[in-house]
Amino acid sequence: MYDYRNSAFMFLLGAIVALFVTVQSLVFLRTAWSEGKRQGLDAKKMRRSVISSAVFTLVPSLSILLTMLTLSGALGLALPWIRLSVIGAVTYELPAAEAAAQAAGASLAGAGVPLDVFSLIAWVMTLGIMSGPIFIIAYFKKLQGRVNKIKVEDNRWGTLLISAMFVGLISSFLGSALAGGLVSILTLLSSALIMVICIQLEQKAGIKLFKDFALPLSMVGAMALAILYAGLLGG
Amino acid sequence: MTKINNNSLSYDVAIHRIGRIWMSVALIVILAVPLAISIHFKVWPAAGPLLGGLLPIMMIYVPIGIIEVITFSPMLGSGATYLAFTTGNLTNLKVPCALNALEIADIEPGSSQGEIISTIAVATSSLVTNLVLIIGVLLFVQLTPLLASPLLKPAFENILPALFGALGYLYISKNWKLAVVPVTLMIIIFILVPTAPVGILIPVSALSAIAAARLMYKKNLI
Repeated sequence: MYDYRNSAFMFLLGAIVALFVTVQSLVFLRTAWSEGKRQGLDAKKMRRSVISSAVFTLVPSLSILLTMLTLSGALGLALPWIRLSVIGAVTYELPAAEAAAQAAGASLAGAGVPLDVFSLIAWVMTLGIMSGPIFIIAYFKKLQGRVNKIKVEDNRWGTLLISAMFVGLISSFLGSALAGGLVSILTLLSSALIMVICIQLEQKAGIKLFKDFALPLSMVGAMALAILYAGLLGG
Repeated sequence: MTKINNNSLSYDVAIHRIGRIWMSVALIVILAVPLAISIHFKVWPAAGPLLGGLLPIMMIYVPIGIIEVITFSPMLGSGATYLAFTTGNLTNLKVPCALNALEIADIEPGSSQGEIISTIAVATSSLVTNLVLIIGVLLFVQLTPLLASPLLKPAFENILPALFGALGYLYISKNWKLAVVPVTLMIIIFILVPTAPVGILIPVSALSAIAAARLMYKKNLI
């Protein structure tokens, strides 16, 4: 039987989208790199950013890959691949696909959705996430202008404002993790502790690698410990 | 392709121009996917189910999308914002990745050099995720049992605490005064409503942090 979800046509669409994202990323990388050189930013510093970002990205990417595999049961492999390559997020794609399937009286739990539901899901997943990019095209330049104006008028407050936003973002996830049960709390604390150890090793032993890879090391270490905690606590 | 000409345009003006062009093309490419599916398979969604599926999603994700731009763009800077909002996965990947790169480079977020480093970080991150997904597509059969194994389930379920524990230590140890109000507020909210969506609470938390920071700044406490 013809599997439209995993057809060559769908994978061709996936390849086009992946190519687009790759070219766009390379253009932005090259543009930023050239500007960095023009500003006298140390090339070593920029190279370190590339390497540390690449290593850090590996583990969260596996989580994105897992979402792709989860959705592949009902939607095939190509559509989740496309959706997770652009705009979407792990937290968006599944609820969007479920809402669309429910609206058509179908479910994602089965082995595969019918073609009409598949088409509906593709439309809903795509249209439902357009607000951010449209808002950016229409208003981002103005918004950035206002932020820059604050910084020009009062640089110290401008810097504090951005730090406060960072801390606000992190606080919301800390609150969520601390209220998420014992395994979640222990994982959070373990990650913070491994970060402390990495910083100490970097500062006391002078091993630069511990600074560059502190975050991925903390993440992987804490995730490994989460398996242990879940086993011990039955979570 | 648009190139930056330093004689006539500043980087800031040019990156907005490049960003808008790429984002507009990205919207066309993304919209072309369901369109191509409908044309190729000759199946168009009926208006009723389309609206029925879109309404609940848009009610949540339209405000989240706008709030994310307002909250994350000052942290990311212009170039990284345009790219991150095309390639997605902001809270769980692109924003922490940019923060981490800035921290390692010892560069202030929001500065002109911060703009460069965060764009490099987001671009690299987008390329790596893209590559991982391509490998996932190619090795689907081999990877599925490994990644979906019950043994690894607690690890992936706790990826956000594992990420934000370390990131939290880094930033809160440096800005602990800024963190008191939002952390306390978020813990109270999550104890009262454990299922509260983090996406909606990020701006609440950020606003509380900004209000507290403003108050402390005015009173010279920070």
